[in-house]
Amino acid sequence: MAELPDRQESLELLGRMCLIRRFEEEAGRQYQRAKAGGFLHLAIGEEATIVGTTSVMREDDYLIGTYRTHGHALARGTPANEVMAELFGRQTGTSGGRGGSMHIFDAGRRFMGGYGIVGGNLPLAAGLALASQYRDEDTVTVCMFGDGASNTGNFGETMNLAALWKLPVLFLVENNLYGMGTSLERHSAVTDLSHKAAGYGIEGERIDGMNVLEVRERVGEHLETVRSEGRPSLVEAFTYRYRGHSAADPEVYREKSEVEEWREKDPIENFIRLCCDQGVLSDDDVEAARREADETVEAAVKFADESPEPALESLYEELYVVSETMGWYAVDERSPEPHRGELGEDAPELARDLAESGAAHADGEDPEQQSRPGVRD
Amino acid sequence: MAELRMREALRDAMAEEMRRDESVFVMGEDVGVFQGAFKVTEGLLDEFGEKRIRDTPISENTIVGVGVGAAMAGLRPVVELMTVNFSLLALDQIVNHAAAIPYMFNGNVRVPMVIRMPGGGGHQLGPTHSHSFEALYLQVPGLLVACPSTPADAKALLKASIRDENPVIFIEHESLYGIKGEVPEGEDEILRFGEAAIRREGSDVTIVGILKMAHVAERAAAELEEEHGISAEVIDPRTLRPLDLDTILASVKKTNRAVIVEEGWPHGGVGANLSTLITEQAFDYLDAPVQRVTGADVHMPYSRRMEQAAIPHEENVIEAVLATTEGAFPPAGGNSGEGDS
Ligand SMILES: Cc1ncc(C[n+]2csc(CCOP(=O)(O)OP(=O)(O)O)c2C)c(N)n1
Ligand SMILES: [Mg+2]
Repeated sequence: MAELPDRQESLELLGRMCLIRRFEEEAGRQYQRAKAGGFLHLAIGEEATIVGTTSVMREDDYLIGTYRTHGHALARGTPANEVMAELFGRQTGTSGGRGGSMHIFDAGRRFMGGYGIVGGNLPLAAGLALASQYRDEDTVTVCMFGDGASNTGNFGETMNLAALWKLPVLFLVENNLYGMGTSLERHSAVTDLSHKAAGYGIEGERIDGMNVLEVRERVGEHLETVRSEGRPSLVEAFTYRYRGHSAADPEVYREKSEVEEWREKDPIENFIRLCCDQGVLSDDDVEAARREADETVEAAVKFADESPEPALESLYEELYVVSETMGWYAVDERSPEPHRGELGEDAPELARDLAESGAAHADGEDPEQQSRPGVRD
Repeated sequence: MAELRMREALRDAMAEEMRRDESVFVMGEDVGVFQGAFKVTEGLLDEFGEKRIRDTPISENTIVGVGVGAAMAGLRPVVELMTVNFSLLALDQIVNHAAAIPYMFNGNVRVPMVIRMPGGGGHQLGPTHSHSFEALYLQVPGLLVACPSTPADAKALLKASIRDENPVIFIEHESLYGIKGEVPEGEDEILRFGEAAIRREGSDVTIVGILKMAHVAERAAAELEEEHGISAEVIDPRTLRPLDLDTILASVKKTNRAVIVEEGWPHGGVGANLSTLITEQAFDYLDAPVQRVTGADVHMPYSRRMEQAAIPHEENVIEAVLATTEGAFPPAGGNSGEGDS
């Protein structure tokens, strides 16, 4: 059993896990209130896997994840305000409202993104690690993905290439026992996923993903192996999501009792019990951590709510970089004049017209009443 | 000026950019020891070594994805996919990742990479090895699409692609690797995206052709002049995204007729798109419907006769041009005393 860290570190771990839990609960509520749209995948129950991992990463290590990564960004230090604002589709969100819940991003903290394509982040992780190796840097890339993703072609391709090229990447399977509604034993011939990459030359280890101290210790050791030996490694963290796959999931594929059983292993409650039993933290500390999470999340909702929507004129911005080699681009060649979006400055009329008509639709106005702008009228 | 084959021009472009910028590297299946399936990367491994000329496993989606990740971290990968046909296995990384990432993350990260892929038919390689996917990639916002037809353009465009901050789909034609042409020397000879070339000036009809079809269009134009007294203007767009529509529209407004030649499939093709743009924006100038000359709407057959029947040739272009000029010019050798003699 891994040892408890000191008071400061314990407070840090507790604070991050409480923040993720609160954030996710609130995100769910805001989704019900239609403040957040699209799909919403919550990581409640998986906090120890996330926080245990990020707590032993260096600031210059890369982290890359999936569409269930609000918590990963928060654990890396991305302000809750910006993550919530992204869920709300606001300009102040991590991706300026262009990505949404599934596409959180924070280059500054080397959180290299959430991705909506299952398994799509695996090759990217190998690429990030290749960049480190290419530059002789000792940064490590941590690639987190689900049990379901271990069935994609990207898994096999990336394991082989990463092992072949000795890339400094740690693959971390967040095995929550389901890919949507398909349980592990119904979707993977090999159910001990820690062995699934062995045929490609990557040894793995299964760990208790509900125990933040074990995650810290084991992931920390793997990270150092990857860093010092310059080769990939794999950790399978056994964890569980209490909520449905996404907000719209009636959960017909599992029994309520199973969820209850896992709640007994709650990563936050168990960590609190341990800290208090050993006298590292007091009830007041715990209370304070919870209060702080409440306040941060409450402020995040307020911030997101008060943040501006993305500017309509920006619809076509950030699609291309205009430079010496590509001096202009037509945002919509259907217009009479090719719009030369020079450095994104003069927002083209047509782009704005198109965007305004769409926005009116989003605001609930009768789209039929809006004349369709464009070249024809 | 030096006379180079297309494959040499492409190789020189990569070599020069690699000498200029440490962060440029090449990876793909058999680009190193084997020297490239079409020998485009010949000699590069010797000069740059295994770190920068990387042979990869046969894992298209992952090769491209590794390029995307490396580009996000600041490197400048040039990924070679052995042919455009195999790029279908990498569509997820090309469309959902390379093209989408800069926009979906609001410009907070860029993907400066080049994905080179040779394609086209004519070598009896049958249905799985003869595709032309210009139209497929043209459709995707966030990608630049280059399709050079001469050694000089190939070199200058590839250098621009490597320096550019956007993901570039760089389509080469397998039949053009061996053609020779004058290539300007000079490390900063680059060709900006979005600048078409007028290959031949003319006044009666505009023919737009890409890749190998740019050459077919030129030869057809020469024959039209000789045999039919028709003066055709030939335009090679050189890049499809961005597209130099201005040059094409200016030409069509002058000639009042347009024929578009491509090797790809007709439905939703490069020609379908361009003819719509011309119709939308120069309708009043058109004296005849825009004509498209495309590859046949089938999977490329193996038989030499069948394959040749499925690929556009000069006579198909001439036929299409004559369809747009029907009645407008006196028939060749007619009583007017004009035409060829
Ligand atoms: C390529 C692809 N196929 C299907 C989906 C739809 N989908 C989204 S999440 C998911 C399940 C993934 O399960 P897992 O990898 O275990 O991750 P978890 O959701 O459990 O965190 C599926 C099938 C997708 N987003 N991408
Ligand atoms: Mg899962």
